Order: sequence, then C-alpha cells, then structure tokens
Amino acid sequence: MAELWFGYVWPLIWIVIKIVLIVAPLLLSVAYLTLAERKVIGAMHLRRGPNVVGPWGLLQPIADGMKLFFKETVIPTGTNRAVFILAPCVTFVLALIAWAVIPFGPGLVLADINVGILYLFAISSLGVYGILMAGWASNSRYAFLGALRSAAQMVSYEVAMGFIIITVLICAGSLNLSAIVAAQKNLWFVVPLFPMAVIFFISTLAETNRHPFDLPEAENELVAGFNVEYSAMIFALFFLGEYANMILMAGITTILFLGGWLPPADWALFTWIPGPVWFALKMALLLFVFLWVRATFPRYRYDQLMRLGWKVFLPISLAAVVVVGGVVVAFDLQPVLR
Amino acid sequence: MIVQAFAFYLFASVAVAAGVMVISARNPVHSVLFLILAFFNSAGLFVLLGAEFLAMILVVVYVGAVAVLFMFVVMMLDINFVELREGFLQYLPIGGVIGLVLLAELVIVVGGWTLAPGTAQIAAAPAPAADAISNTHALGALIYTHYIYLFQAAGLILLVAMIGAIVLTHRRRPGVRRQRIADQVRRSPAETIKMVNMPPGAGI
Repeated sequence: MAELWFGYVWPLIWIVIKIVLIVAPLLLSVAYLTLAERKVIGAMHLRRGPNVVGPWGLLQPIADGMKLFFKETVIPTGTNRAVFILAPCVTFVLALIAWAVIPFGPGLVLADINVGILYLFAISSLGVYGILMAGWASNSRYAFLGALRSAAQMVSYEVAMGFIIITVLICAGSLNLSAIVAAQKNLWFVVPLFPMAVIFFISTLAETNRHPFDLPEAENELVAGFNVEYSAMIFALFFLGEYANMILMAGITTILFLGGWLPPADWALFTWIPGPVWFALKMALLLFVFLWVRATFPRYRYDQLMRLGWKVFLPISLAAVVVVGGVVVAFDLQPVLR
Repeated sequence: MIVQAFAFYLFASVAVAAGVMVISARNPVHSVLFLILAFFNSAGLFVLLGAEFLAMILVVVYVGAVAVLFMFVVMMLDINFVELREGFLQYLPIGGVIGLVLLAELVIVVGGWTLAPGTAQIAAAPAPAADAISNTHALGALIYTHYIYLFQAAGLILLVAMIGAIVLTHRRRPGVRRQRIADQVRRSPAETIKMVNMPPGAGI
C-alpha cells in the first residue's frame, strides 16, 4: 500500500499541483494582458482605456470573462460539429502544454527534458491546426479565407524561426532550455546575435498573428477572420489561446536571447531579486513591445508579408546559420563534442 | 514498468485505430486529422523507446509541415466523394500488392532480428552507449561521420525534388504588375514631386 502511494499516487498528485501552479497564474496573466493591451493602446491614443469596472478598471477582464461565460453558444447549422468544437480546444490546449518545459528559475521547471527547444518548436508549429480546422469547419467564406491566410503565414515564418533557433543552439551547445539559459551566464545571446533576435521577435509577431501581421483576422476585409462563426465560451477559448501564445512567445524569446531568469549583471542588488521575477520582468517588457507595435504600425499587405518571410528573413537567417557556425568552429568558442 | 507497458499499449492501439480510420473515414479532412493523430501516437512510441529527438522531429516535420500541406490540398480541392469511391475496387489489387510487399519486408527484417540477433550490429556503425550522451549528440556523431555520404545524397534528392517542383509550376506571365521594392526605395523627391506655382482661378 505504501509503495503504491509513494510510487504512483503521490507523484501524480504532486505533478497536478505543479500544473495548477503554472496554469492558474498563466490564465490570470492572460486576463490582465488583455486589460494591459487596452490600457497601453488607450494611453498611446491619448484615451483612458477601460476605467469603469472596479478601481482603474482593474476588474474589466473578469467582467469580460463573465459575459462570455454566460452567453449562449451558437453552433451554425452548416458546420462540421465535431471539428468545429475541437478547433478552439486544440488552440487552447496547445497554448497551455507548451509551458511544461519552460524553466522559470534554476530548477523551476515541470519537465526538464533534453529536447526542450524542439518540443516548443513542435508545439508552436501545431498552432496552425486550430485555425485551419476552425476555418474549414465553420463552412463560411470569410472564416475559410482567414484560415488559409493564417496557415500560409505561420508555415512561412516558422522556417526563419527554425534557422534562428539553430544559431542559438550552435552558441549554447544544447537543446535543453535550462542549459541554454545557463550558457548565457556571462553574455546574453541578444548581444552577439542581435540581428537574429530582432528577426526572431518579428517572426513571433507573425506566428501569433499579431499586428502588423494580423491578416487572418483583418476586420475590414474578413469581418473577423477564422473565428467569425464562434461565440461565447468556444470563442473565449480561442481568445485565451491566442494571448497565452503571445506570453509563451515572449517567454521563448526571453529564454533564447535575454538570458531567462538570469539578472542583467552579477551585482548584489540584482542577485537579491529571485530568478522568476527577472523572467517575468523580461517577458513583460517584450509583451509591452507587442502592444506598442500594434498601436504603431499599419497592417502589411499579404504579398508584402510573404515577401518579408521568404525573400528577406529566410536568406538572412540561412546565412546566419553558416556564419555563426563558421565563427564558432573557427575560433573554438564552443567545446565541440568529439 | 507497469506505467510504460500501459503507455505503450495506449499509444499503439490508438495509432492502429487512427490508421484504420484514415482509410475508412468518409470525409478526406477527417482522414487527415486521423493521420495527424496516428503521427502523434507514433511520436509517443518513439519517446517510450528513449528516442526523444526522433519523436520531436516526427512532430515538427510530419505534423507541422507535411500534414499542413495535405490539409491545404484536401480543403482547397472540390472533391466529389462518390467519384472517389468508384475507383476503389479497380485500385484494390495494386494497393493490395504494395501492402503485401511492405508486409513481406517487415517480416524479413523482424525475422532477421529474431533468427540472427547479431546481424544488425555487424552492418551498423558502432553507436555510442545510450546513457553516456543524449541521443541528439549520438545521432549527430553518427550521421555526420559514418553516414555522411548517404546523408548528403538524401539532401541532394530533396534538392532535386524541390527544383523539379519549382520548374514544373513556375511560369512568367507577361503583363503582371509587380511591386519592385528597390525601385521604390531608389526614388527621390526631386524626380517625383514637381512644385507648380498656379495663379488662383486659372486652372491647368
């Protein structure tokens, strides 16, 4: 009995507790990211943003959530019901399971697997299915067009992202995310790989379908894109998934280029602040840039988007793999495994 | 051990069931979705074998790229389901033959393992011990040294396929207006803007 308890049941309960400890703050941050987005863009437009529900509008996301929760779920007759319901679930689940390998601090990670970065890349490349399935199952022209645009866009920018990840891996010498962060102990990768970091950040904008690459849901041409037929909770799942993906992408960029949980310098004042706080601060900075970009740039035209992905980012990142690899081998910067 | 065995039978049975559904589903889009499910469970089996690199590459390449293209094609094509069913009996013999050939090859390989367990080791390059280094390192150390020519040949075949696809589909259509970014950037205000001082009421 004791063996069963300590061998199987207790580890299971402990993992569930850890998952709740990751997912609950994540969903809370998603809720407050939506508020932050409206507040930040309001400030940039010289407006106040939401300020009625609760003090300074702090309860606004809760009110929005309640509204979506109590609305009626409408499933149009022409839809393919199973796929229609499955699509938002896929988006939401994918946005959550990626967090299993994110290290929040030294040793603070749910699953410290050897191929962590490949796992993240695999999960982010699956994000396209939620959108594609939603667009097809909706049986609506607008939704389908939005889904096709989005699929082509996400596949295009993934190629450049993959090559940039390879340049980081060459410098770090490991696929393990904790090892990648530990390799930045002396110098964050954003310094030697600055152009790659910029391209990676722009690609994450395209990967999460954010402005200026939000063609899948271009309101003025496609109504709302792939999620036009969705309502109430199944719409909320899309929304939560999309914002959780934004936070995830900010987290990946932080781990790859901004040194994860490491403080900016090894000074006493900085090292007193715990690692997860540094991680959260860096992600918050990147998320602010996400919102800033949305308030600043006009939307790309579709052919310009494809040109940027295939004719600009792909050649540059491909060349970067060769150059970075060559430099690392030529100057013996990374101990190569024999 | 019980957990591993349970996971193996779960992944294996779902993979086989999904495989059956791929060929028996009426709707081609559902077929592709079941194919993705089968890929996922195969990746799970790889993880159980300790080949986590292969598992992740399977998901990235097959689910993340190949199946997306399948999905694209299946969704875009206006497929007549009745017409698709008609040829079933006609293609059954050749399909059956291909299936039998694959089955025979599998039997030969697995039979070789069980009858003469040492044969595979003789043919293969010496692989490093699995617990000494991660299997990504082990795979890289083999592919880029012992199997470098085969690896490069596989890359060349892919390159030829890519060039072939481009040659077959690319055509220059005359009369299409394209945006030339270099030309736009090269323009200067001096050659594009003309300042005209018009007296009021005169018209052009």
